[in-house]
Amino acid sequence: MSDGLALAAALVILAATLAAAVSRARYMSEAVAAGGGAVVLVAVGAIGLDRAGDALRTLAPTVGFLAALLLIAEGARREGLFEALGAVMARGSRGSPRRLLAFVVLVAAAVTALLSLDATIILLTPIVFATATRMRTRPRPHVYACAHLANSASLLLPVSNLTNLLAFHASRLSFARFAALMALPTLGVVLVEWIVLRRFFAADLGRPGRSSAQPARPRLPRFALAVLALTLAGFALSSVLGIAPVWVAIAGAAALNGPALASRSANPVALVRTIEPGFLVFILGLGVVVATASANGLASGVRDVLPVGASLPDLLAIAALSAVLANLVNNLPATLILIPVAVAGGPGAVLAMLIGVNIGPNLTYAGSLATLLWRRVLRAEDSDVQLGVFVRLGALTVPAALVTATVLLWLCLQV
Amino acid sequence: MRALVWIVEDTWQATVAEAAAHLPADADVTLLHVADAEAEGVVSAARHALLGRPHGASRAGVEPLPAISAQAAQELLAEALSSLGRPAKLESRRGRIEREVVAAAEGMDLLILARDGERERLGPRSLGPPARFVVDHTPCSVLLIWPDDAPALATIPAPPGDAAPPPAASR
Repeated sequence: MSDGLALAAALVILAATLAAAVSRARYMSEAVAAGGGAVVLVAVGAIGLDRAGDALRTLAPTVGFLAALLLIAEGARREGLFEALGAVMARGSRGSPRRLLAFVVLVAAAVTALLSLDATIILLTPIVFATATRMRTRPRPHVYACAHLANSASLLLPVSNLTNLLAFHASRLSFARFAALMALPTLGVVLVEWIVLRRFFAADLGRPGRSSAQPARPRLPRFALAVLALTLAGFALSSVLGIAPVWVAIAGAAALNGPALASRSANPVALVRTIEPGFLVFILGLGVVVATASANGLASGVRDVLPVGASLPDLLAIAALSAVLANLVNNLPATLILIPVAVAGGPGAVLAMLIGVNIGPNLTYAGSLATLLWRRVLRAEDSDVQLGVFVRLGALTVPAALVTATVLLWLCLQV
Repeated sequence: MRALVWIVEDTWQATVAEAAAHLPADADVTLLHVADAEAEGVVSAARHALLGRPHGASRAGVEPLPAISAQAAQELLAEALSSLGRPAKLESRRGRIEREVVAAAEGMDLLILARDGERERLGPRSLGPPARFVVDHTPCSVLLIWPDDAPALATIPAPPGDAAPPPAASR
């Protein structure tokens, strides 16, 4: 099959997969679209079996890592970590919405960094909503803060975002080095978010809630916290000890879920469901589809556009272009498309790319402008979100956060 | 007289005190609370933005948000009623806050609400968007109260032009 034809086939399948993922059509799940599409590409010879195998071998540890992280988050939930965090926030803020917002920003950043953005969106945000509502303050600023921090605080660790995991294996950075380079950028971004959120929602944060009920004393899940601390320490020391971080994650997942499985307080079927098998297939399929497109001309096209230097203007351009691409095609495909090119530019280029694809989606709540437009077209929107609010908040934070994070990354790369 | 009292989380005590002090004894009073569907919407929209993740009903162990809102609203209205100290109807709605309030005011003679927005910057835009909308569109008279002490006259800035240099003397 000619390169041009193979590229066209891969791009059509990529578009169909994204359409399936965005429209959530019942007759075609995104896992079927991505997995089936990958099989079709191999069958018609658009990608050789060996190259498809290479793509899968590269992705397999990432997918295993992701499954372990999902199990860690689920174990932490079962142990009551998120309720405890809600109680800590309610007590610590003593009725003041401004203090609550500061707590939410801190806790959302920490949960995102350690347990990934999925945990913040799926497990923490409903708790924050409940906490604010029960404190009798308006929940609006606090849930917007969670939705934003889930993206923008996901720079810190390789485990904070699936995009980081995908790039981490390719970047050949150690876990500790990745975290050291991303620490200041994350801090800068969290500060930018906090300042803008406080100002943006000032009218909602002015008065303390008038509640007569005292917030409950938090019951900290000591076991879960200890396992999380040990897992984090294991990640940090993994390169010194010479073990791949994925094994640390698997050990953490086993420690948090093993006892509950043994005592039958956790259901094995439900546990399998939390690792989201369909999602894992989706990523593997997407990886093969993008690898086909990259091998047949997409990578050289990206190489023509994306600078790969480590100078500050180069890094800023990489971050900006990555943010744009994340908004065009969503950040998972964007990361897969950009990795092969960014890796050639070294760690600086890879991390600048991650800054772009992780912060960029905050321009819209739907994760990307393209997704948003599709949903509008398909009328799949099922919520009362006022689009204007999210877009204005994104316009105020995203450019500032991108520049802040990239400049701080550049500074960290100089030492 | 039919009076609607809009109960908001952070200002309800002042509104209820106003209603208790100034509504005539024979007034037919309704206490209204509106749960913010936008905040609930952000939570589900953020979840739907996660590309490729499963998206069934809410995850095990995560309480549905409308239930949380409904329970909090019920407790708030019950507390407001006991603080009002006279019989009143309770009405709980959810949706776009300002539109629900205006809709609930249909057929009423008076709506009592507290100012929202920032107190530090009083001026043309100092009412928050919900109260601004309600004041503009409510189909009855509106009593807008200060949720805390009313500001002193001295807080009013000088009229524009006062600080400018005096006009050039006429020839």
